[in-house]
Amino acid sequence: MAEKSKIPLHRDPFVRSLIVQLTIPALLIWGLYIMFQNTVENLARGGIKTSFDFLGEVAPFAIGFSPFWTFELGKSTYLDVFIIGIQNTILVAVLGIIAATTLGFIIGVMRLSPNWLVSRFALVFIETLRNIPLLLQILFWNFAIFLAFLPGPRQSLEFLNSIFLNGRGLYLPKPVVNDWSGFWVVLGVFIAGIVGTIILRRWAKQRQDETGKLFPARLVGLGGIILLTLLALLVTGGPISFELPALQRFNFEGGIELPLPLFSLWFALSLYTSAFIAENVRGGIQSVSKGQTEASEALGLPRGLMMQKIIIPQAMRVIIPPTISQFLNLTKNSSLAVAVAFEETVAIFAGIALNQTGQAVTIIFMTMAVYITLSLLTSLILNIYNRRVQLVER
Amino acid sequence: MQKIVTLAAASALLVLSTAAGHAGTLDNVKSAGVVKCGISGSVPGFSAPDDKGAMQGIDADICYAVAAAIFGDKSKVKFIALTAKERFTALSSGEIDILPRNTTHTLHRDAALGIDFTYYNYIDGQGFMVKNSLGVKSAKELDGAKICIQAGTTTELNLADYFRTNGMKYTPVGYDTSAQTREGFDGGSCDVLTSDKSQLAALRTELKDPSSASILPETVSKEPLGPVVRQGDDQWGDIVRWTLYALINAEELGIDTTNIDELKKSSTNPGIKRIVGTEGTMGKDLGLGADWAYNAIKAVGNYGEMYKKHIEPLGLARAGSVNDLWTRGGILYAPPIR
Repeated sequence: MAEKSKIPLHRDPFVRSLIVQLTIPALLIWGLYIMFQNTVENLARGGIKTSFDFLGEVAPFAIGFSPFWTFELGKSTYLDVFIIGIQNTILVAVLGIIAATTLGFIIGVMRLSPNWLVSRFALVFIETLRNIPLLLQILFWNFAIFLAFLPGPRQSLEFLNSIFLNGRGLYLPKPVVNDWSGFWVVLGVFIAGIVGTIILRRWAKQRQDETGKLFPARLVGLGGIILLTLLALLVTGGPISFELPALQRFNFEGGIELPLPLFSLWFALSLYTSAFIAENVRGGIQSVSKGQTEASEALGLPRGLMMQKIIIPQAMRVIIPPTISQFLNLTKNSSLAVAVAFEETVAIFAGIALNQTGQAVTIIFMTMAVYITLSLLTSLILNIYNRRVQLVER
Repeated sequence: MQKIVTLAAASALLVLSTAAGHAGTLDNVKSAGVVKCGISGSVPGFSAPDDKGAMQGIDADICYAVAAAIFGDKSKVKFIALTAKERFTALSSGEIDILPRNTTHTLHRDAALGIDFTYYNYIDGQGFMVKNSLGVKSAKELDGAKICIQAGTTTELNLADYFRTNGMKYTPVGYDTSAQTREGFDGGSCDVLTSDKSQLAALRTELKDPSSASILPETVSKEPLGPVVRQGDDQWGDIVRWTLYALINAEELGIDTTNIDELKKSSTNPGIKRIVGTEGTMGKDLGLGADWAYNAIKAVGNYGEMYKKHIEPLGLARAGSVNDLWTRGGILYAPPIR
């Protein structure tokens, strides 16, 4: 034992790893510190003023699209601009993730269809969309499709005289509550319908487990919710009315306006990302052992039910991890929006606000913080979900 | 340990920051052999490549003139195309030496961004372009319009101010480049395009059907445009400023590319002799050769020639406008070279 402890220090693995593990972080911290000091010094020498004070100043420009946060020219500050940017980034990211996931699953399953036409269509869809640069696709939807084919405000396409579509965007009726007590009754009925449907599904599942009889709980539940809510609306005498968009001298005013760039960005992001998700789905399905398919065929399950009950649940654990990366990519790719004038974080905060205040270092730092926060949050939520769908044992 | 880190940090700081230091631009330019020039690259009349790929316009001419004043050779310019958003960072980080990129002189930019304005090579004002089919005759009728705009410019601020002052509402459609605003306007994503009037004139010529749009009479802002330099190198600022002054003074004294050689040989006018470098120590004062102004004028012509070549084809007449010489009712007034 005594001889063992006489290993020279430079050959002792514990000491060596300790030294390495202390030196590397120290060098890293030192390097970052120098970068920080150097930036501060150079900014001061260049006469560039840097601080966070500008966030409290009134933003001297207008913002066009802000669905959930009021922007008032002459009152709102750069902080409002920051918040609106984040809000619009989240909006397009959430819409994009929902659409890309839905479409990606459908295309991914189609890709494996025994029908030659269906599987080739999926193949062409995937190979085309994932091989064309995203920025080009965004510009394509905006300038070559929407702006080229949609008419001006005066010749808008209209549905039921209340929904209008033109080259500026989509105009929807805006619900306005004019009788709050009636509104609460309708909302109560609606929630009761949802709760009822959940109970119905539990009951149906239990009955199926015991007797094997099927009951279309989802269909009945949905029909029930719609019917009951309509009935409640009639009984309370219509507590909600709609403010219709109306054509003014230049544009439609009133109602809800969804600007065209939102659609250009949403379409391009969803289609592009769905191609990657479709490949993840295909990979996931193919990773499920063929014996599972054969076993369910032997049980006489139809193909749709086999996918839904046997294959997909097992494929999920392979599909989810790479799909999380696609969600993160989609969120980050939304920063290409500036090309089509959609007002998200990079366009209005790292773009307009940066140029009007000149606070390049501060603003780029804040923008990076936004994306890293959004990405880590998405990761966190999906990793929790991932843990739930993982098989406990194989 | 603390001492070592501080010492090392201090020395690294010294090393790293001398590289990014700001004084001595003239020496850097001379050792690099080129003037690095930040321009827009897509605004006809100011800076846009011609059919041979050479950069043309009054912004580009500023860099040609400065290169000629330093090297006696106008080709020693490297043009770097920048968006409105990139321009100031590119200048203050040393990526470019001069920024003549139709940039408006404002207090905030001058005082807070570490940059210095020299003089003006075009004095502009913001206006509006509308589709004729709307029947709009005045900017006061634009309440409720959607307006295409290049994001991050003074244009955006003037627009907000103008609509606030007049109690009107608008929705901005902010694009990244001036070419995209034109595409958006052409495609119908907005009713109005706003920009400096010189740019509107240029953009209008690039529309699918130029006769379908017209420029409204109102001018809603002051936009003095001119070359910008980094703050903290006064010698370099003086070179750029006085090169521009020399071009304007040359026009005032009747010196142009056709007669400059003859004037250099035979003129007895001391004002002219000081510009062409046969009298006085002007070049030496700036740290340049005696024929600095001669080379600059020889390279791009006097201010009047530049205007005639680049701005008049856009349909912007000069006579009596603000861009004329002070002797003819304009406000271009260059201090004397003496």
